[in-house]
Amino acid sequence: MSMKATRDAYGDWLKEAGKLNKDIVVVDADLSESTKTNVFAKEFPDRFIDVGSAEQNLIDISAGLALGGKKVFASSFAIFETGRAWDQIRNVVSHDELNVTLVATHAGLSCAADGASHQALEDIALMRVIPNMKVIVPCDADETKNALDALLNTQGPAYMRLRREKEPLIEKKYNFKLGKAETLREGSDITIIATGMMVSYSLKAADILKEKGISSSVLNVHTIKPLDSNTLCKTAKNTGIIVTVEEHSIFGGLGGAVSEAVSETYPVPIFKIGVNDTFGQSARSFEPLLKAYGLTPDQIAETSEKYIKKIKR
Amino acid sequence: MKRNLSPVELSKLSKKLRCDILCMICEAGSGHPGGSLSAIDILLVLYYNIMKHDPQNPAWIERDRFILSKGHAAPALYSVLAECGYFDKSHLSTLRNIGSILQGHPDKKLTPGVEVSSGSLGNGLSIASGLTLSFKLDKKENHVFCLIGDGECDEGLIWEAAMFAPHYRLNNLTAILDRNGLQIDGKTEAVMGLEPLADKWRAFNWNVIEVNGHDYSALLKAFEDSKKNTTKPTIIIASTIKGRGVSYMEGIKEFHGKPPSKIELEQALKELEA
Repeated sequence: MSMKATRDAYGDWLKEAGKLNKDIVVVDADLSESTKTNVFAKEFPDRFIDVGSAEQNLIDISAGLALGGKKVFASSFAIFETGRAWDQIRNVVSHDELNVTLVATHAGLSCAADGASHQALEDIALMRVIPNMKVIVPCDADETKNALDALLNTQGPAYMRLRREKEPLIEKKYNFKLGKAETLREGSDITIIATGMMVSYSLKAADILKEKGISSSVLNVHTIKPLDSNTLCKTAKNTGIIVTVEEHSIFGGLGGAVSEAVSETYPVPIFKIGVNDTFGQSARSFEPLLKAYGLTPDQIAETSEKYIKKIKR
Repeated sequence: MKRNLSPVELSKLSKKLRCDILCMICEAGSGHPGGSLSAIDILLVLYYNIMKHDPQNPAWIERDRFILSKGHAAPALYSVLAECGYFDKSHLSTLRNIGSILQGHPDKKLTPGVEVSSGSLGNGLSIASGLTLSFKLDKKENHVFCLIGDGECDEGLIWEAAMFAPHYRLNNLTAILDRNGLQIDGKTEAVMGLEPLADKWRAFNWNVIEVNGHDYSALLKAFEDSKKNTTKPTIIIASTIKGRGVSYMEGIKEFHGKPPSKIELEQALKELEA
């Protein structure tokens, strides 16, 4: 299976999009080598703005550029961009519906070695509650480019959550559409709803469950806001039990969003697999860290099976 | 609207707008008279004598931009915008009412002439810097003006912008600091000392001009001088008096965010109309 980091896809995309669209301006806060905006900076130095390590300024400078007619892409690590600059994102960019796309990297546990201070496990929640904000979590590098294409042709603010590590590319039989949840696999016993890199892990988990005679639906929710409630409710009717999987706190993220939507229309038991209301920690590589929080394919399968037994015994 | 007013005309108009400010805040039952009255002379000079703008066409692409970073002085901005003709003066009495185009703090989406929403302190100067940079990238000459408060300089973000603007040589940016010396909890120097304030801005590589913020001739000269600088952003530190123009409000911190009573309003109007 070929592997690529979503942040690398972002850098590649910026370089291409920058050639076609001269209104694109990229702003970074002293992390351009890590966020891969340096690829754009090298190609278009005049349209690359570094604000230094100052995330509040990152957002307001971006806001000003957008007021001046620019299509702005603002990048930093997810924890700093959404946490430190939340006021600017809410009160300026989102309130005034400015054309600023926040593309944050190193989200979730993917900033493994750096530890809790650098691991954003709350960013989806922080962005999701803000009016006018769109929240996109691509499942792989290819979807990152598709989502960026879509956002370039959309007005107003958006938050895109990317990761540091190389991740598997998923075979897809759909054209990316903003706001649409994609059913990657149809099953009858359980629905596994995932976002980001947990989509590929959930597909693997579904394979494991299949060997045990359990038939799973697997959904890719790349757009957490606006959420595709229709597709979610249909699948709730079909299987009667939902497990959400995300590399994020179990509070306020994908699990929260799905619960809010499904509870209103077709309430079924929803179990949340994610980071259980705790901070992250350092690990010298990514996989052991995912394992420590129960996020490997084996663990997702095992936990899902446990939930099925709990409900259907 | 008539442009390029003389100091005498500006003085006359300022009294009218001060009355408008006090009437709308009294009617609303809440709002910020102190900082509106300290800033109104600066706004008047900008909108009548300095800025390129067209009230009949608020989206005119060639216009200069004004950003009110100290958003709580919204009544001052509203009074000037209405006087210029951006919207009908009858709206002033709807300040802070549900459904009004005049929100408690400036709202870009509701009020013609408001360039960006504000209210959360510290954001305006960064936004103004980004906007100025966009003009610079497009090789346009639009000038950007941004009014910040002195209490607002407690916000770290002000100093992030203070570093940014000279670094990117934003000479088409002029900040005006409404140095009225008071913030909500008391004198700025007692709450969180700012001095030596002009030296701080100089050290951050700004072109610093110090001026009496109620002296029209001096303000006009300061704005003209600021345009001569071709490499640095300018900050005009305007010494002002909070509550300026109303005897019982001048220098009184309680009138930062307290409306005048009906009786107090009558007295103020008498003083201003005298």
